[in-house]
Amino acid sequence: MSNVQPPQPGIPDEMLVDADTPRPAYRSYHAWLSRVAEQELRAKRSEAELLFQRVGITFALNGEDDGAERLIPFDFVPRIIPAGEWETLERGLRQRVAALNAFLGDIYGEQRILQAGLVPADLVLRNAQYQVAMHGLALPRSIYAHIAGIDLVRHSDGNYYVLEDNLRVPSGVSYMLENRRMMMRLFPELFAEHRVAPVEHYPNLLLRTLREASAVDDPNVVVLTPGRFNSAYFEHAFLARQMGVTLVEGQDLFVRGGFVHMRTTSGPRRVDVIYRRIDDAFLDPLAFRADSMLGVPGLLSVYRAGNVVLANAIGTGVADDKSMYPYVPEMVRFYLGEEPILRNVPTWCLRRPEDLAYVEEHLGELVVKEVHGAGGYGMLVGPAASGEEIAEFRGRIRRDPHNYIAQPTLSLSTCPTLVEEGIAPRHIDLRPFVLSGSTTRIVPGGLTRVALKRGSLVVNSSQGGGTKDTWVLAEDPRTEDGTC
Amino acid sequence: MLSRTAADLFWLSRYLERAENTARMLDVAHSMAMMPAGRSAEQELAAPLRVTGTLGAFREQHARLTVAALYQYLAWDSTHPASIYSCLRVARENAHAVRGRITTEMWETLNATWLELNRMRSGRHPALKPFCDWVKERSHLWRGATVGTLARGDAFHFLRLGTFLERADNSARMLEVKQLDAAEEGSTLRDYYHWSALLQALGALESHQDAYLGRIDADTVAELLILRSDTPRSLRSCLEEINSTLSNIEGPQGRRAKGIARTLLTQLEFGSLAELRTAGLDRFLADFLGTIDRIGSGIREEYLESA
Repeated sequence: MSNVQPPQPGIPDEMLVDADTPRPAYRSYHAWLSRVAEQELRAKRSEAELLFQRVGITFALNGEDDGAERLIPFDFVPRIIPAGEWETLERGLRQRVAALNAFLGDIYGEQRILQAGLVPADLVLRNAQYQVAMHGLALPRSIYAHIAGIDLVRHSDGNYYVLEDNLRVPSGVSYMLENRRMMMRLFPELFAEHRVAPVEHYPNLLLRTLREASAVDDPNVVVLTPGRFNSAYFEHAFLARQMGVTLVEGQDLFVRGGFVHMRTTSGPRRVDVIYRRIDDAFLDPLAFRADSMLGVPGLLSVYRAGNVVLANAIGTGVADDKSMYPYVPEMVRFYLGEEPILRNVPTWCLRRPEDLAYVEEHLGELVVKEVHGAGGYGMLVGPAASGEEIAEFRGRIRRDPHNYIAQPTLSLSTCPTLVEEGIAPRHIDLRPFVLSGSTTRIVPGGLTRVALKRGSLVVNSSQGGGTKDTWVLAEDPRTEDGTC
Repeated sequence: MLSRTAADLFWLSRYLERAENTARMLDVAHSMAMMPAGRSAEQELAAPLRVTGTLGAFREQHARLTVAALYQYLAWDSTHPASIYSCLRVARENAHAVRGRITTEMWETLNATWLELNRMRSGRHPALKPFCDWVKERSHLWRGATVGTLARGDAFHFLRLGTFLERADNSARMLEVKQLDAAEEGSTLRDYYHWSALLQALGALESHQDAYLGRIDADTVAELLILRSDTPRSLRSCLEEINSTLSNIEGPQGRRAKGIARTLLTQLEFGSLAELRTAGLDRFLADFLGTIDRIGSGIREEYLESA
């Protein structure tokens, strides 16, 4: 007798084909789940919460100054991806990130794609994220986005689609790692039954990628955090610790003699690679926002002289901008001469009058997003919005159509999740992390985010989303690239 | 190591040590106040406040010096910066800031302490004695996690520096207050309790018994707590730790702090109780506290605010 609620009609579920039939990859897990009492699962969940609280895997919400720390809800029903499916995804991810890096090198260099007329020049050059300071700079290995997070969803047609590219400071990888650790602690028997591809070596791959980003022999790598009050501080500290490198704040760094140094108890020490978890605008008060207390005065001049590496590079935001998203398949064709493996969601750019007209007519069916929005803020989910909200949004897009894109409402796939009413289907997405160095490195899987409210499509942690462990099944024993 | 990180670690362990010392003083003051042979209960309860220089601040908030008021003030008062609650809050905040430089086990120990403290605070407070025991236990656990899991690098050294600087300061202050009180006393029985309370607060009663075979008086206690190197909370053993730790820190910095600490240690190594008495024990202790303070500012200027 299964205690898992049946999938919703018309929406693909990762675990179940119908009420009683699990998909092949889930067969063994489903059988286990059906044997276990719900009470026991709830007890496991309380245990997990206690452990997370103890480990202090908490985040602070934007705009909450009281320092309240929250847990990101963790759901222990894993998202399982069959080996074959992952193989295709991985190839697609490598291809897409290679094209995005090539695009960044191009628009800050020769601008061939603009001359070819494949991407509108004003869209790139007038983009607020386009950094003139990057123009004509030769970066080691021509890598701009050393760390990329690509958000994928599965639609009702069964295919994966890229929802957005994150090339600035993608976060969430610490949850991927901690979720796995938690699962292995709570359910060791499941890992004995399933051959789950490991992810624990991610910090090692990250460190290798960062070291390769510098031409210096034995580079001094640091992680630059805005500080302990940042919502992702846990992750910054976690990654620094796992890599064995220093976690610095802007105040710990200074520029002297054309190099960046950190203040240490034994005097200044040179810094060669900065894995920065601070937005472009705050990096250097002399070059960008003068009111930034988080950055390092003079950093940009050192960077431009090639005496320090920033990962990711400055100005990557222009390529993950929602207005640039529709052109990514074209970039793949242009730079790599290949057909894109990963699908793009059809997108209306409201800057085009005909697209605007269409979108205005169909607001109730579409998702409208701000071009620069992130974290689920500033968006309209048509089918879930009231008439009033739609009217208000219509006014907004009319006033500033350039600032918006629209997409069909995707029916994100669901995965059974432990909620109030039992184990019920909830919508999920997937963020794999792609590391670009001497080679491209991806640990199998990524972070699965889940919308805990019934019917909700917004998975962001700032909007009450949770996370799950992601299992890529290693069906055939084989050696992985990049094992440590 | 980053100067900021070193500062966070230094203060983290100072505050933890302070929390433990406060629990120790509170515990002993409480048992002394119940003793019929002792001085008035109020005098005993005032001791921890005098040691920490907070008697005046306490009086402003509380009309009467009772066990309950003292317990509230020293353990739970979040507006009192040296309460156990406040110390543990700062320690945990600092640990949060440097969690990349301490081990997972250290962080989890301290974070669990903080969560448990808040759980106790929001419910009915535990009784004074079990609470003080709990604070000491958590402090032991933290120290165990530190000694047992942290690499012997600069992070370890700056944690040790904070601990022993705070401990030297606290031991000297307690001794100072008890010396003053002893001057007014006469009875042998009272003397016995007076000094054994101090030893208990410093966790040194057993080592005193071993060293002096049951004799307890002003001289044995002063000698043990000032000059002996085998007693973990004695001034000399604190100075030995500070000296060796300073010389273990990488780099040429810290000349001033090293010099002052070395001179003070030499004085303790070659001094005798008779000499200290001749010059005046109260004078010696006051000088000692001043020197500890100068070592602290030397460390601050040369390591924690350097470059």
